[in-house]
Amino acid sequence: MTIEGNVWKFGDDVDTDLILPARFLNLSDPAELAKGCFLNLRPDFIGRVQRGDVIVGGSNFGCGSSREHAPLAIREAGVGAIVAKSFARIFYRNAFNIGLPLLESEAAAEGLKEGDRVSVDLATGVIENKTSGKIWRANPIPPFMRELIQAGGLVESIRMKTHGARG
Amino acid sequence: MTITEKILADHAGVSAVRPGDLVQVRVDAAFTHDVTAPLALETFHRIGVPRVYDREKVILVADHFVPNKDIQTAQQVKKMREFAREQGLRHFYEGGETGICHVLLPEKGLILPGQVIIGADSHTCTHGALGAFSTGVGSTDLAAVMATGEIWLKVPGTIRFEYTGTLPEWVQGKDLILHTLGRIGVEGALYRAMEFTGPVIAALPMHQRFTMANMAIEGGAKNGIMEVDDVTRAWLDERTSGPYRVFRSDPDADYESVVTIQVDGLSPQVACPSSPANVMPVSDVGPVPIDQVFIGSCTNGWLEDLRCAASLLEGRKAAPGLRLVVIPGSPWIYRKALEEGILATLLDAGAVIGPPCCGPCLGGHMGLLAEGERAVSTTNRNFIGRMGHPKSEVYLANPAVAAASAVLGRVAGPAELF
Repeated sequence: MTIEGNVWKFGDDVDTDLILPARFLNLSDPAELAKGCFLNLRPDFIGRVQRGDVIVGGSNFGCGSSREHAPLAIREAGVGAIVAKSFARIFYRNAFNIGLPLLESEAAAEGLKEGDRVSVDLATGVIENKTSGKIWRANPIPPFMRELIQAGGLVESIRMKTHGARG
Repeated sequence: MTITEKILADHAGVSAVRPGDLVQVRVDAAFTHDVTAPLALETFHRIGVPRVYDREKVILVADHFVPNKDIQTAQQVKKMREFAREQGLRHFYEGGETGICHVLLPEKGLILPGQVIIGADSHTCTHGALGAFSTGVGSTDLAAVMATGEIWLKVPGTIRFEYTGTLPEWVQGKDLILHTLGRIGVEGALYRAMEFTGPVIAALPMHQRFTMANMAIEGGAKNGIMEVDDVTRAWLDERTSGPYRVFRSDPDADYESVVTIQVDGLSPQVACPSSPANVMPVSDVGPVPIDQVFIGSCTNGWLEDLRCAASLLEGRKAAPGLRLVVIPGSPWIYRKALEEGILATLLDAGAVIGPPCCGPCLGGHMGLLAEGERAVSTTNRNFIGRMGHPKSEVYLANPAVAAASAVLGRVAGPAELF
């Protein structure tokens, strides 16, 4: 599975309050949540982000609260994947659980610039800067997480186990 | 093995685990609140199992935006109430029975040493102060626990923090954890267990241990944990008769690293905007004028925290134009503070006292900050826009610093009042 889009570049320690301010937390409809995505940090993000775009972050991306609303808002905004130097622990689990893939690569996070065209191959971990032609290989997603993604997320994986079939 | 490893091995039904192992563990209590529950309940229904795994162990607490701040919140809490009723849950808290989940649940004896606790809130690490493995997850993970009673976890490596020396006056658990975060940074313990040990911890009262474990997440940690001792036992004895198991780290346990912190000479610490690791002694902050002081939250909403603030505010007043907001962590704390005269002292000092809830901590409900405003707050996060307008600022501190700052109208240490 390959994701291709434009790069939105962010710095270190992007916290969940920056991803989605608390005033949106009385909502749970993903489309409504998306309207608040990065509102305090980059108010232009929601109007301009396109399906398949890739967020590139620094270290500790997604630190702070456990609000799953944060990765949901990013996914619903159309973002195809996030590449960062490192991710906060709870955000990492939440993102995979709702089907938003994350890749860790210090070099790619360093090398990719705002507006670059990038493709991300989830199966191989290959990240290609289509603008400059440069290629990086991200840390592979552990086998355990790949199983989860293969099932289509945590809910689907449990459904398969408890009902014996997907559906 | 360390305490964390022993609890995880026990709950995975294996004799030993090592950092990096993926284990499936039994969960002793799983809880969620009004922010994370609506998504968790939706996901639980999608999973398609008819009942929660144990109606005694799945706990719902409305604590963030209560009393319901708007129609959306009222709708969300209604869903929680209906779910609790349908499933026959033993523990659902709202109205006059509710408080901040991380204060309320230990107080009700629902968290015990040796347990595995999973909460849909990042500050679930608080409960490690009781010698439990306790960690925060998102709504989907929580829903899966509600359905199965289990969760997969990667066994974290443990960093041992050893505190030696004697705590100077006005220096508390809050200062220890802030100072520690200042040293290791906001990802200094990423994915790790933070084990707090040493003679200083042994002498620390229970509420200050909770404060320290509470902020382990601010260093990126999976959990914070402390050994059970006489202080823990005495605290539990007053609240529960439930049997529990005590795990201790082996003398030869494998730590990823050991950090020793000498506390002699430490002064009250302040985390300046906009990172909990941007920490310095209060005297180095300078006379920063402030508009609001908040005393409360899962970090410092304990009875002793209010008592500490009241001891400094007795016979004094909040500075003109400064808003002092105080929120007890639970109904029990509220009542005790009332009976002890703490609330009267605070009211005399000009405080507004809110009902037990998270309050302004996360900028969602009551006491928010306007553009350009600054607050001293006993909470755990000072991220950009955390308590209101994106151009407002938060200084994190202990309740004594908060009280002194309220009186002087600027960031100030308690020593300045004498």
